[in-house]
Amino acid sequence: MISDSIVQQFKTIVGEDNTWTDVTDLHTYSYDAAVVDPVEPGIVIRPTTSEALGKAVNLCNENGLPLTVRGAGTNLSGGTVPLPGGVVIVTNGLKSILEINEADMYAVVQPGVVTAKLAAAVEAKGLFYPPDPGSQAVSTIGGNVAENAGGLRGLKYGVTRDYVMGVSFFDVEGNLIKSGSRTVKCATGYNLTGLMVGSEGTLGVFNDIILKLIPLPAHRKAMMAVFESMEKASEAVAAIIANRIVPATLEFMDNFTIRAVEDFSKAGLPTDAAAMLLVELDGHAAQVEEDAVRVEALCQSMGAVSVRVAQDAAERDRVWAARRAALSALAQLKPTLVLEDATVPRSRIPDMVAAIQEIARRYDLTIGTFGHAGDGNLHPTILTDKRNHEEWERVEKAIDDIFDEALKMGGTLSGEHGTGLAKSRYLENETSAGTILFSSRIKRAMDPKNILNPGKIIAAKA
Amino acid sequence: MASMEELTRLMRELEDQLIVCMKCGMCQSVCPVFDQTGREADVTRGKLALLSGLMESMFDDPEGVYERLNKCLLCGSCAANCPSGVSVQEIFLKARAILTGYMGLPPAKRLILKGMLANPKFFDRLTEWGARFQKLFTKPVNEIVGTSCARVMSPLIQDRHFRTLASVPFHKKVPYLNRPAGTSGLKVGLFTGCIIDKMFPQIAYSTIKVLEHCGVGLFLPENQGCCGIPALASGDLPTFHKLLAHNLERFAEGEFDYLLTSCATCTATLHEIWPKMTDEKNREAAIRLAEKTMDINQFLIRKANLQALPGPATKKRSVTYHDPCHLKKSLNVFSEPRAIIEANPAYKLKEMAEPDWCCGMGGSFNLQYYDISRNIGQKKAEQITDTGAEILATGCPACMIQISDMLSRSGAKVAVRHPVELFAEALAE
Repeated sequence: MISDSIVQQFKTIVGEDNTWTDVTDLHTYSYDAAVVDPVEPGIVIRPTTSEALGKAVNLCNENGLPLTVRGAGTNLSGGTVPLPGGVVIVTNGLKSILEINEADMYAVVQPGVVTAKLAAAVEAKGLFYPPDPGSQAVSTIGGNVAENAGGLRGLKYGVTRDYVMGVSFFDVEGNLIKSGSRTVKCATGYNLTGLMVGSEGTLGVFNDIILKLIPLPAHRKAMMAVFESMEKASEAVAAIIANRIVPATLEFMDNFTIRAVEDFSKAGLPTDAAAMLLVELDGHAAQVEEDAVRVEALCQSMGAVSVRVAQDAAERDRVWAARRAALSALAQLKPTLVLEDATVPRSRIPDMVAAIQEIARRYDLTIGTFGHAGDGNLHPTILTDKRNHEEWERVEKAIDDIFDEALKMGGTLSGEHGTGLAKSRYLENETSAGTILFSSRIKRAMDPKNILNPGKIIAAKA
Repeated sequence: MASMEELTRLMRELEDQLIVCMKCGMCQSVCPVFDQTGREADVTRGKLALLSGLMESMFDDPEGVYERLNKCLLCGSCAANCPSGVSVQEIFLKARAILTGYMGLPPAKRLILKGMLANPKFFDRLTEWGARFQKLFTKPVNEIVGTSCARVMSPLIQDRHFRTLASVPFHKKVPYLNRPAGTSGLKVGLFTGCIIDKMFPQIAYSTIKVLEHCGVGLFLPENQGCCGIPALASGDLPTFHKLLAHNLERFAEGEFDYLLTSCATCTATLHEIWPKMTDEKNREAAIRLAEKTMDINQFLIRKANLQALPGPATKKRSVTYHDPCHLKKSLNVFSEPRAIIEANPAYKLKEMAEPDWCCGMGGSFNLQYYDISRNIGQKKAEQITDTGAEILATGCPACMIQISDMLSRSGAKVAVRHPVELFAEALAE
């Protein structure tokens, strides 16, 4: 319970209109997009200036109040689920694009800027911000950086981490800390930017973020290749890479997902196909056209049943509409959808898909798998109904097994969704007891009272 | 208010519909209200979480949920963009009925319903019990047919920039029509709609003129009622059922191939909402009529084969078109109204930015949250004036009210018209 006098202090800092303590409002900040239990905070505030943000962080620390920062609440690992009675700071009152510098190709933004809005603003100037997480229409840059969000373009362009040139953030006492620079090169001080990316709100609170921009590719070409086995699709992926072609996106869908998409959108997909690859090349027109011919030939030589190259923008849109529909199509089948993101080295994709199919059989569950074939980031999607407790127990076992398999293959628990609450207890399996200890020490040094999003990444002690 | 039996049934249906939301939050990108306020309780994901929370007894504030639930335009942008296909409007209309029922009860009865809110299944047995005491929970409803829209209309006119009510409503001049099919071989029923009847009768005259031009027969029954959406939006299920029964009866007297309206909201209500919110005794008739219901623009292009009129290619005045949410998002009608506008050689279409962003009207939302409604509407007005078009056309008279208000406030010299009016201009008297 947060005392009236502290509530009053928050109101003084962020204004009466940006402070909510009503039980009903609090309930709407008790969840994010992850399938974890909701937890109601004690107060929600929405600062609209960076000064107010710093003061609010300090007030939390002085009073030992656990603090969770929230952008659009689209987190898939429970990272924005608050602590009971804690403080939620909503960043959507800090949504200015402070600068887009065309000459030096960078942007400076506040944490609450929506990813897609930034992408559109830089595109209007002929520049490109490549990270495109699935939630980009609503997700915020602050959240993307805090989670090191990925997207479809990881293979060629990397992930959010690769575009963060610098950050300024408030430490737990509300001091403004600066790291990185507007320059391409910067060799001063500790690489605090590197530490902050993916820190999930456990080490500090972002004030502004400097992002690298690149020229917008002049030309794009998409195609769709159908295979009668996952192995052949995977061999085609390997062949494309081996031939030193790096597509902007290289996505796949398994048979279950293909059928779901076809039922959902009647796009004319081959429902008997074991796997489909969706490829997009971008760059200089001549090279894109040349590579497109080579990719088409490679897919065919690897046994593709058919390859369809999009001839115009409308056809290209249809290719990507099919991919975008994947999650929706699966979501419509059952009430609860658990979207995992276990990631393996790309050459192990056929093994991982087979392992997931075996796990689905073992626990008698429905799992559709699609994802980023180019970077090994799979999305095994478990369809269930959380109200069915018996089935839910099997789901939890299946998740454990999926993680085990991914780690056995030299992969990771999470390619792009973050550790959060959902994966913190598995983290030691991927790393080591020493790694957890080292991380806890960093956390303790930066946040002695353990108020910054406690329990995320490093599991709360039982 | 609705009976206990009905409320229990609605709650049981809600449980299954609420679970479909996977809390992905994509609704944040399209909600006009959230765009203004940034508050989770204002966006659909938040409202659905509140309803679930209330029903699972996670907290106890039906009044608070009721208030937040009503802060919604019912524009359907979220539903059209929802990856999981949540039946948002249906959920909200049912929830409004349930909570209105609850709010309207005296304290002792509230306790009972509150128990039901928390656990609809447990209270199945109460249904029988409730039926026996139904008289305690229901109050007599006034005869609302024909007057039910007054509560929408009269407060609107007060301090808003607005054209006055028509001196003579459409139904006074044209109370009844029954003409056989012409050259098209088609005959339609015409559902006038309150706002067209009382505020924009010229849309109805234009509609008749264009149907004649296309050789379409017409059945216009006397004494039509409101489509019922204002009653549903305020949670008044019995009034809605009464209006539904009345309208079904009116149209049962004629024979026609399609039922047309020139109001996007009426069309969406008849086509989408009637079958979902009807009572049992009218279900079959409501579904039958709903299946025949079609927007005027869609009918003219898809069924009546309306052709562009010949004329000089020069001196075209520019028209920009606003997509009413209830046409584009509810019924996927957006190319047809544009085709109607371009079918008159005097006009050319000039698109505005985000033509399908809501105008912020939302019926009673405009009354309750005028500040938010106005901020949403002003954005629309700017996008309209940015095109430099002389005329704003849209397929919904409710949008016309809002956009007229907003354009007038900004001092813009832009006429607000219905596509059918623009086409009718080109037809000889």
